[in-house]
Amino acid sequence: MTTTPLRTSHTTDHLDLLESHAIFILREVVAECERPVLLFSGGKDSAVLLHLAVKAFAPQQLPFPVMHIDTGQNFPEVIDFRDATVERVGARLVVAKVQDSIDQGKVVDPGLMGSRNRLQTVTLLDAINDNNFDAAFGGARRDEDKARAKERILSFRDTFGQWDPRKQRPELWQLYQGKVNAGEHVRAFPLSDWTELDVWQYIERESMTVPDIYFAHDRDVVLRDGMYLAIGPFVAPRENETVERLTVRFRTVGDANCTGAVLSRASTLSAIIEEVALANVSERGATRADDKFSETAMEDRKREGYF
Amino acid sequence: MQLATKDLLRLATIGSVDDGKSTLIGRLLVDTRQLFDDQLDAIAEASEKRGVGDLDLSFVTDGLRAEREQGITIDVAYRYATTPTRKFIIADCPGHVQYTSNMATGASTADLALVVLDVASGLKEQTRRHLCIAALLGVRSIIVAVNKMDAVDWSQLAFDRVVDEIVTLSRELDFTSVSIIPVSALLGDNVVESSNNLPWYDGPTVLDALESSEAGTWEHTTTQGARLPIQWVLRQPGGGRTYAGMVNGDTMHVGDRVTLLPANVETTITSINFGGDEIADATVGLAADLGLAAETNAGRGDLIATAPLPTVSNELKTTICWFGEKPLVVGQRLRLKHTSKVTPVRVKIINGVIDIAKLDIDDSTSLNTNDIGLATLQTADLLVVDDYRVNRVTGSFVLIDEATNATVAAGMVGHASFL
Ligand SMILES: Nc1nc2c(ncn2[C@@H]2O[C@H](COP(=O)(O)OP(=O)(O)O)[C@@H](O)[C@H]2O)c(=O)[nH]1
Ligand SMILES: [Mg+2]
Repeated sequence: MTTTPLRTSHTTDHLDLLESHAIFILREVVAECERPVLLFSGGKDSAVLLHLAVKAFAPQQLPFPVMHIDTGQNFPEVIDFRDATVERVGARLVVAKVQDSIDQGKVVDPGLMGSRNRLQTVTLLDAINDNNFDAAFGGARRDEDKARAKERILSFRDTFGQWDPRKQRPELWQLYQGKVNAGEHVRAFPLSDWTELDVWQYIERESMTVPDIYFAHDRDVVLRDGMYLAIGPFVAPRENETVERLTVRFRTVGDANCTGAVLSRASTLSAIIEEVALANVSERGATRADDKFSETAMEDRKREGYF
Repeated sequence: MQLATKDLLRLATIGSVDDGKSTLIGRLLVDTRQLFDDQLDAIAEASEKRGVGDLDLSFVTDGLRAEREQGITIDVAYRYATTPTRKFIIADCPGHVQYTSNMATGASTADLALVVLDVASGLKEQTRRHLCIAALLGVRSIIVAVNKMDAVDWSQLAFDRVVDEIVTLSRELDFTSVSIIPVSALLGDNVVESSNNLPWYDGPTVLDALESSEAGTWEHTTTQGARLPIQWVLRQPGGGRTYAGMVNGDTMHVGDRVTLLPANVETTITSINFGGDEIADATVGLAADLGLAAETNAGRGDLIATAPLPTVSNELKTTICWFGEKPLVVGQRLRLKHTSKVTPVRVKIINGVIDIAKLDIDDSTSLNTNDIGLATLQTADLLVVDDYRVNRVTGSFVLIDEATNATVAAGMVGHASFL
C-alpha cells in the first residue's frame, strides 16, 4: 500500500462507520477461528468484501484464502474479473466446482440449460468440510431478502451446515464470538448492515473496479417470466420467444441462466448510484429467478446451508 | 450523482407482544417509501394468502415462515431507511418473554428505543421489563408510540392516563430524552403524517422525533478517555508492529500519551493507520491500527487507553441478563468474552435478582432463564474494564457455555443507578 498524505479522519459519515464495522468483524473472526475462508463470486458485494479484507490486514497479506463456488454457468466477464482481482491482491484461490459434485453423483445434473443454483449448497458444504474451514465470510446483506434480514452477523451452522432461525445465538453489542466444535462452522457477514446503495457509493468512493456487466451495454436477450435473460451457452430462446438486442446492465451477478438483466443506460458509477437511489424494484426482485418460486424461497435455501 | 453524507442512527423497537411494533415499522417504511414495488406486492400476496387483509404491515419485518403462520415476531429483523441526512438501522424486536435474548440482541447496540404500547392496556409488565432492559443496556433516549389510538376513539383521556405512567417510570429509569406520541400504526396517524384525528396533539410525529434524535450515542457513552482493545497485531515492512482495533470513548491522536494494560506500560502513539494509510487521528468507531514508541509484547486481548484509565481486575461486580436454559448458580464455570479477551470465569456470588415490577433487588442464589440479576464474577485472567455506564464497549461482556459455545448471558460491569 502506498502512503498518502495525512488526512484527518472523521467517522461521522455512515459509509465510514459501515466500513470500520466490517473491518472489525473480519479481524474478530480471523482471530477467533482456526481456518477462515472468504467466499468470492466476483460480484460487487464480494468485491467490496475482499477490498475490506485487504484493508483490515494491510500491509500484511490476507491471512486466509478465497473460495469460489463455480456452477460452471458463469458470465465469462465475471470469471476474468475474479482471476484478475485474486491475482492483484495476492490471495490464494480455491475453486469448488458444482460439476465435480455432479460427477460424484451427489447431485443430479439439471442439464445444460437447467439451473445449478440450488445445487451449489452441496458443493459449498463439501468444500467447507474437505478444507476444514470453520468460518466462511460472505457478502450477503440484510436488505436483500426478508430471511436474510433475520440472520445474525455471525451465523452458526451445525454439522449439516444448516441454519436454524429459531435457535440463533444472541449477538450482543459487538461481541462476536465464533467458536465452534469440530464439524460445525460459522458464516460471517460483514456487509449485513449495508444496502445496495451503500455498496455502490462505497465502490465509487474507493475507486474500485467491478465486472463490466454491471454497466450498461448492448446484449441479445429474451424476455422470460418477466425478466430479460442473456442469450448465451446456458440460455437459448424457446419456441415462442424473440431475441432482442437491448441496452441493459446487471444489478446482481449470479448464474447466467437465473440472473436477469435490467434495461438501463447507466454506464458510469455515478449513473448507477442515481439509478439505484431512484429504483422502484428491489435488487433481487428485478433480477433473480431463484427467489420467485415461493414466499420463503430464500429461507428454505438458507436452512439447507445456502450462502 | 453526489449524495449528501449521512449520519447513522440505530434504533430498536421494544414493548409487549401484539402492541404493534412490527406494524409501526411496516407503516414507517411504507409511508416513507422505503419499500420497493415488488416487496409491497409480495406482502400483499402473502397477506391475502393468509387471510389477514389487503396489506398486513407486520409482514414487512416478520419475514420467517413461522412468524407469518403464527402472527408473531420470533427474532430481530433488521431494516434500513434513509432520509436526505440520515441512515437508520432499525431492529424490530420480538415481544415475548421467551425471546428476551433476541430483544437484548437488538437493543444492545441501539442509540434509541422506539417503545410501542397499546393505549387501551397501558404499561404492561412486559413493557416495563423491556424498558428496564433497555435502560440497563444504556439506552438513554426513548420515543414512546402510544398505539391503537383508533381503537379508543382517539381519546385524549386514554392517552393522558398512559402518559402519566410512562413519565413516572422514565424518571425512575433515568431516561434523558423521552417523547410520547399518540399514534395509529394501522392507519398511519402521527407515524409519518400528522393526524387530523388528534387535534388536541400538536407535537412531533414518530418520523419527526426519529430525525431529531441524537445519532451515534451507543459507542459514545463516555467522556472518560479513549480506548482501543487490541484485536490483531500487524507486522509492518521494516520490522515494526502496529496494534489493530476499534477506537472507542474518545479520539486518539498521534503523540498522545497512552498506557498499555494490563501490563501497565506507559508510552506514546507514534503513528495511526487505516487500511494501510497513515492518518493523524482516529475518531470513535474507526477500525485503526496504532504504532507505539515502547517495545512491547502487546497482543490480542490487551488494551491501549488514555487517562482516566480503566480498572484492571479479576473480580467483577456485574449485572447479568441470563439466557441459559438451566439456572445460573454459584460456583458455575463458564467462558467470558470481554472486548477481544476470552477467559474462564466462575460465579463467586449471586447478589440477587431484579424484581421488574418494583425495580428492587430480591434475594436469590440463582438466576433463572431471562432473569436479570447482580453477580460477582471471578476471572482466570485479568480484565481491563470500565463501568458500563461510562463505556458500553469496555463495560460489556458475554458469558459462553464451554461445551456448546452458545452465548448464555449478557453482562455489564457495575450496577445501574436505579437499582
Ligand atoms: N386497531 C389497531 N390495531 C393495530 C394497530 N397497530 C397494530 N395493530 C394490530 O395489532 C396486532 C399486533 O401487531 P404487531 O405489529 O404484530 O405487534 P407486535 O407483536 O408488537 O409486533 C395486529 O393484529 C395489528 O394489526 C393500530 O394502530 N390500531
Ligand atoms: Mg412484532
